[in-house]
Amino acid sequence: MKRKIDKYVIKNFISGFLSHSVLILVSVTCIFPLVWMFSSSLKTQQEIFKSMSLWPAAFNWANYVIAWTRGGFGVYFLNSVFYTVTVVGGLILISSLAAYAFSRLTLPGKNIIYYVFLAAMMIPIPGAFVALYVLLVKLGLVNTRLGYILPQISIGLSLSIYLFKTFFDNIPKDIEDSAEVEGCSKLGIWWHIALPIAKPAVAVIAIFKTLAVWNEYIFAMIILHDKAKMPLQRGLMIFQGAHFTEYPLLMAGITITVIPVIVIYLFMQRHIIQGITAGAV
Amino acid sequence: MNTVFPNLKAKGREYLFILPAVIMLGLFYIYPFFKIFQLSFFDWDGISKNMIFVGLAQFKDIIFDNPIWWQSMAQAGYITLLALIIQNGLALILALFVDRGIKYGQVYRVIFFLPPILSGIVIGLIWNWIFNGNFGLLNYWLAKIGLGHLAKTWLADPDTALTCVAVIHMWKGFGWGFIILLAGLQSIPRRFYEAARIDGASNWDVFKRITVPLMIPVFVLVMILTVLGTMQIYDIIVSTTGGGPGYHTEVPVSRIIAQMLHSSRFGYACAMGLVFGLALVALSVMQMNISKRLKQT
Amino acid sequence: MLIPLVALSFTGCAKKSTESSITEIIVWHWMSDRVDAFDKLAAEYKNKTGINVKFELYAPTTAYAAKIRSAAQTNKLPDIYAVLLEMRDFASFIKAGHVHDLTSYMEVDNDAWKNVFYKSGLAMNCFSEGNQYGVKPGIYGVPTDVNNIQMIYNLDLLEKAGWDTSRLPATWDEFILLGDKLKKAGTPGLVSGWGETWMIHCLADNFAWNIMGKEEILATIKGEIPYTSPAWISVFSLFKQMKERGLLFSGVVTMVNKEAEQIFANERAAIAFNGSWCVNVYESMNPNLRYAVSLPPRVNLKRRMFIWGGTTSFVVNKASAVKEEAIEFLRWLTERKQQSFLAVETNNIPANRYSANMLKGPIAEFADDMDNVVHPRFLPIEEFPLVTEAFDKGIQSIIIGEATPLEIAENVEKTKLKETKKAARLKALREKR
Repeated sequence: MKRKIDKYVIKNFISGFLSHSVLILVSVTCIFPLVWMFSSSLKTQQEIFKSMSLWPAAFNWANYVIAWTRGGFGVYFLNSVFYTVTVVGGLILISSLAAYAFSRLTLPGKNIIYYVFLAAMMIPIPGAFVALYVLLVKLGLVNTRLGYILPQISIGLSLSIYLFKTFFDNIPKDIEDSAEVEGCSKLGIWWHIALPIAKPAVAVIAIFKTLAVWNEYIFAMIILHDKAKMPLQRGLMIFQGAHFTEYPLLMAGITITVIPVIVIYLFMQRHIIQGITAGAV
Repeated sequence: MNTVFPNLKAKGREYLFILPAVIMLGLFYIYPFFKIFQLSFFDWDGISKNMIFVGLAQFKDIIFDNPIWWQSMAQAGYITLLALIIQNGLALILALFVDRGIKYGQVYRVIFFLPPILSGIVIGLIWNWIFNGNFGLLNYWLAKIGLGHLAKTWLADPDTALTCVAVIHMWKGFGWGFIILLAGLQSIPRRFYEAARIDGASNWDVFKRITVPLMIPVFVLVMILTVLGTMQIYDIIVSTTGGGPGYHTEVPVSRIIAQMLHSSRFGYACAMGLVFGLALVALSVMQMNISKRLKQT
Repeated sequence: MLIPLVALSFTGCAKKSTESSITEIIVWHWMSDRVDAFDKLAAEYKNKTGINVKFELYAPTTAYAAKIRSAAQTNKLPDIYAVLLEMRDFASFIKAGHVHDLTSYMEVDNDAWKNVFYKSGLAMNCFSEGNQYGVKPGIYGVPTDVNNIQMIYNLDLLEKAGWDTSRLPATWDEFILLGDKLKKAGTPGLVSGWGETWMIHCLADNFAWNIMGKEEILATIKGEIPYTSPAWISVFSLFKQMKERGLLFSGVVTMVNKEAEQIFANERAAIAFNGSWCVNVYESMNPNLRYAVSLPPRVNLKRRMFIWGGTTSFVVNKASAVKEEAIEFLRWLTERKQQSFLAVETNNIPANRYSANMLKGPIAEFADDMDNVVHPRFLPIEEFPLVTEAFDKGIQSIIIGEATPLEIAENVEKTKLKETKKAARLKALREKR
């Protein structure tokens, strides 16, 4: 009896040790760039590529202030927040409504339309930004916030619809029926029942799309002219000359842009973990 | 009593559910898609007012006469294969660990998502430093553990450049797979596991009989997303090897952008984009068929 | 739920533009490092003339290239924009009516404006008689600064290897000799951003001009001399030689220029092949760096050495409502005082040759050689892009030992024949209409 327990304990210990080692190794490679980035932001231009150490010779916190002011981050930050909220919000709204219809409602022709969406997900169009620009000119939306927001919503549409539909397909019929009996409209079911069930999908889509919008810059450069409408990434470009890059300030700027995303992720990832409670009863 | 009209009105309102999505897709995807489709039949530099209709000539050239294009496809395919096996394998293992409730699981969840958050600039700078042939970290550590003779100029050596780019891509990408797989794992009701354990099932049994079947839709999703995302790799190439040495790390998107912006063959670039898109659809459909067959077993 | 929708609708409302009588000139560019200098100049110009010049930055260069093309397709180009175009595209822009012909302005008063510039700076913006693009010969852009690319030597490292730094290598044999000395001293030799193919092409082209001269180069582009000729093979072989003698920094073929600059600035290589913009980079990374600038070594001693030069130039949009004001602004921008200001502020060679005497230090060494500058753009015909690509990537292959000069020459020639056939086919199609 005792030997069996020992073998079990040892096996557990080794597997625990192995799994922890793997986890820690991977974690180190993940954290390292951030640490390097942060430490570089506190160095001077001369130090940055000369010393291999992660510990800066002097802590130039001023770099952050300079990066913020020279990069014009105040306005760009607000713009990025606005774009992210509207794009992610719009995306979740529009795609969940559509997914609910595809999943739960009976509409003639809905399957064909759904397959068109799926096809759109699988056929990328690299270099579409030029065609989009021409379209926005025709719509009179060049250099407008709306013109910047709408195409970005459409980019993640297919995938979001697919994800939502997967969750909505699993809604037990009896819940829906009982809600309808109580006089709930289709819209009400969508809001009160379907969406809460699909919380993990909401979280995943929110994270995907937040990152995409937050880091976006090419489309902004092409569509927008006014500095007042530009997102954060535009601020970072100031530090990257065609030939001459101011690395410490650039790193400080990037650190500033990365922090909100990490915060949002910290906030959202709990919802993924909550998951579906055993059959929404 | 005429019940047709009330039904129509209700049905009409239900179409409103999908209306915004359809309008968005129509405007911002289908319209540009048709524009590009149209342009692919013309020889056009993207600027002049005149376009010359060349019919299928550009497609013929891409498919039969452009070995560099197919090389770039093969190279992207190689990275994709590595990503499917190694990247997603790693993501699955880590997701399993965290799902099982390992200590500090919360912390790991955050850490593994840090690579995708980083901008391409930082990733390029860091990995250029790690792989640098002269004072890079990798060679430094290899020398330290006595394997100095393995040192190479990783990103400049035609034998290793592509694989190194793949490593960077996988490092950046596994966080996504990890999140989606974790979400899927977390949505499996715990009581299934409890019931199985009470019945005396081993870890492997639980995995095989409960986890895998329930996770198949998630696996398929991750697989499709990995293929789509990896075949479109571009930013990493630009910030590390620029497609070199020679053509060894060229990928489809870098070829398309090169034609579109740097050698004024806009129409040709559109044709390349179409060929690329069709290839991806074919791949995705293939994957969905495989998954259907798996579901049946 | 409704709030984002309402917010969206508000953003759609166009801002009512206040009609003002202030003339505005909009300028697009991608040069992040000149933003402050441009803003100061714009403020000064506003004080002087009341005209509001708005410099708008769109970086990085891929974004800028995409933006210009998108704007061109929809006729939304600004009044003035910086040129980031190959000659072929520049020609297309001109023919599509996006660029104003500035020849008459330049030639007023006996070429008054034209003569202040370095010849090469102006030549980058000119289309000559008989050019292959069918563009009316003339001057279409205004250079505001120039640069050139040369060999740069770290004096400390050279001395350590036992080289007499009062005489920098001027011939190929001397260059190879230096390489051997560096190798013996364990110092890495030449570093350059040869991951960027144009940089390789630059050095190869320099050698080609030195070995063959303008006429033979033109003949090659016309297809009269093949790339498999002994002269071209000797150009390819130079790179093979550099590789075999260990003259090149390892990993040079996938290096971006920024990394090469970093390496040279931190004294990890003795020789750099880089442009005059490096002065700023080196100074910021290592102010103690002791270096000297020199022309690349001559292979053919019977002909002089040529170097590449570039410019930052602006063009005026032909469809602009404020054309005359825009041209006036550019004229002001290229006057001696403003050019001196720009040169000192940004540490670049001014386009106005009379402002160059303000320069001190290494940048002045670069400026001294501006008269040796040539560039493929000065020729009336241009090589096919795919041929140039095969040429450059071929040299990369030679350097990593994957192909021989002969093999690359044959490959480039093959590509040339294919492209020539394709062009003939297209020409036939065009003439059918």
